[in-house]
Amino acid sequence: MTSAPRLVGEQFDDLEQQQEACSLGMWVFLCTEILLFGGLFLSYAVYRHAYPQAFHDASHDAEYWIGTSNTAVLLISSLWMALSVHCARTGRRKLLLLFLALTLIFGLAFLGLKGLEYYLDYKKNEVPGINLPVTDAFSRQKEMFWTLYFFMTGLHAFHLTIGCGLVALILILAWRTGYNAKHYAPVEVTGLYWHFIDIVWVFLYPLIYLPGRH
Amino acid sequence: MSVPEEHRGSLWNVLTNVGVAIGGAIGLNALLRTLRGQPEATPLLKPPLAGPAEHTPREEIVEAVVAERQHSYLDDGYTVRSWLLSTDHKRIAILYMLTITLFFFIGGIAATIIRLQLVTPQGGLVQTATYNRMFTIHGIIMVWFFLIPAVPAVLGNFLLPLMIGARDLAFPKINLLSWYLFVFGGLFTTAAVIGGGVDTGWTMYAPYSSLYSNSQVLAAAAGIFITGFSTIATGVNFIVTTHTMRAPGLTWFRLPLFVWTIYATALIMVLATPVLAITLLLIFAERVLGIGVFNPAQGGDPLLFQHLFWFYSHPAVYIMILPGMGIVSEIIPCFARKKLFSYTTVAIATFGIAGIGFLVWGHHMFVAGESMYASLLFSILSFLVAIPSAIKVFNWTATLYKGSIRFQTPMLYALGFIGLFTVGGLTGLMLASLAVDVSLHDTYFVIAHFHFIMVGGMVMAYLGGIHYWWPKISGRMYPELWGKLAALTIFIGFVLTFLPQFVLGHLGMPRRYFHYPPEFQALNILSTAGASILGVGYILPLFYLLWSLRHGEKAPANPWNATGLEWQTASPPPKHNFDATPIVTEGPYNYQPEESERDNRSSEESERDVSATPGR
Repeated sequence: MTSAPRLVGEQFDDLEQQQEACSLGMWVFLCTEILLFGGLFLSYAVYRHAYPQAFHDASHDAEYWIGTSNTAVLLISSLWMALSVHCARTGRRKLLLLFLALTLIFGLAFLGLKGLEYYLDYKKNEVPGINLPVTDAFSRQKEMFWTLYFFMTGLHAFHLTIGCGLVALILILAWRTGYNAKHYAPVEVTGLYWHFIDIVWVFLYPLIYLPGRH
Repeated sequence: MSVPEEHRGSLWNVLTNVGVAIGGAIGLNALLRTLRGQPEATPLLKPPLAGPAEHTPREEIVEAVVAERQHSYLDDGYTVRSWLLSTDHKRIAILYMLTITLFFFIGGIAATIIRLQLVTPQGGLVQTATYNRMFTIHGIIMVWFFLIPAVPAVLGNFLLPLMIGARDLAFPKINLLSWYLFVFGGLFTTAAVIGGGVDTGWTMYAPYSSLYSNSQVLAAAAGIFITGFSTIATGVNFIVTTHTMRAPGLTWFRLPLFVWTIYATALIMVLATPVLAITLLLIFAERVLGIGVFNPAQGGDPLLFQHLFWFYSHPAVYIMILPGMGIVSEIIPCFARKKLFSYTTVAIATFGIAGIGFLVWGHHMFVAGESMYASLLFSILSFLVAIPSAIKVFNWTATLYKGSIRFQTPMLYALGFIGLFTVGGLTGLMLASLAVDVSLHDTYFVIAHFHFIMVGGMVMAYLGGIHYWWPKISGRMYPELWGKLAALTIFIGFVLTFLPQFVLGHLGMPRRYFHYPPEFQALNILSTAGASILGVGYILPLFYLLWSLRHGEKAPANPWNATGLEWQTASPPPKHNFDATPIVTEGPYNYQPEESERDNRSSEESERDVSATPGR
């Protein structure tokens, strides 16, 4: 089943060292991602603290049912991803292919729903800089919510798009060569990235959809 | 025929080849080869040449030479392709070295124009708009394209795997990618700041940069954004390499301090740079879409920009200085022939600086409208950074005590570093005092302070490191007399340039101003005179280091008789660094001052037979 010519890079002593390095590399990279999103979370905190009423009102207009469905879709996709990693580790190729495909489908479903949500936002004149009407100071403050909404969800969707690309790549590789207990680092590393995207959404969801719902 | 053969694997070839490739002028290469008396037949873009050795009558002798030279990383292919697509950390380090040298001189030219402008109170050399562009070019290029990559990407890349006994970094392809990102971002930004011009200063404060500045802010910021990913990739690579690829027996507290500082630097790189990335994205959005995250007219807060910017840019200062401290910690014990005083505290102090460095960014905003209580806290935290810094300075000084000191070029730079860094650090404490900062903020005092750290500290350390490891990198010794001369020139030029600026700042001359009152002229002329000396000092190494590539003495494996794994392999090292994985049995810096005489003798002996023993 393992037919790749050389699995261990020439800088490594063995597969184990390589696996450890890849995994640690992804963890460190995810730290940088946290800081990347951190700048936006900080901005959100500052402006929500400054304009609580505007954030409450603007959040009320957000498409909460799409946001909630998307939360469910993404959380389930993370389950498929976790199962994929498990199957890669135990060498169950067919199940691995199935679960990776499910992960990909759920990821794409999220992006589809997100696209629909953006379309509805556009229809309701909520896109700052394009059609959001700004008349007074209060609408300026609401504009800040929408700016941050598009920035944060947009950056998240961009990451998810990359995640879908990675899963597709892993799917092709798994179909061609398969992974086993010794060599499954690519699946694990992609899984880490996928879960990270999921976790970011877990924080985004309450910040965007819930302030206006209590 | 023998002359080109001898220089086949030298850096000289590298410089002609890579330099020519980047310039895209293959004919120049032919010219250079002709000048050197080498036949044009040498392929530039074809597979590595088998060597003209096959055609010479003295086949077997030359073959032996080639076999020995083939061992070096410089002999692993002579084509442009073998350099530009190499994943060897040592070759990538050379690529970085060439690139940042270019950027250094671009930034230097801008500084020259600034200093010439300031010779007279009315200026008159350039127009006001051009002057703003000049200090922006100087700041942006020097910070992001010289200071930040200088030590980590050049010396860190070259030395980290060698120092920990690894064959390469953990992710060699990502390492190459990071160089390409760096070059791409660098060219983008350079084109923007030179071609279009940017007048915001390197800090790009919003909302001026996002709404009002009528210059190429977008393109310049895009280049910096791209380069940020290069920094992150390098940082991730260094962290993973240090964790997973150390040689057997090389525990954390046996690591050379250069590795400790590079590791701490990499941590700052991965934690701070993404914040800059997101800040620049927000600036893009403001400029392109007209949304106002930082625009007070639209409900935004400009102070938020400053918080985000300095959350990156203050730790970035430690990206610049920490590796310099690592170099000094290597050089001082070697040239004092004495074990570093209290290795453990220096290692821990490194992390103290890196950690506290993340908590002091607010001291840039004492007069920007930040809360008084926040200012108090940031002031106290800024004072705390002085403690680990002082620990280091005292430990280096204590290392010198009763050492057997040799004043070779690297040591001159290291000693210069200690003095100038101390001045820069202490003036930093003055600026961290709330009341004093109100008077000194945005004056030449600030300029002088951070140039003492950046130029007096970091550039001195970088040059010291380049000289110290030059034999390892190039396989040649640099000319010692010229080295000392340049080091002294730089020191004198530096002090003359920046000491008067402390006085100017104290007297109230604001930074970034085009004109100044006539009573400041004498000090400004002094400063410009110093800058001219400094310029000569920087150009000197360029010449004699290039000269040494062809005419320098051949370097033995361990010319300084130093400890450390990088000195246990040949100069220049083979492609995979070590013939067999080294095993480490003791801590670093086991120097004995009383044995230094004997050491000197044995190093002379080893010089004679080193060419035959490339390995350990």
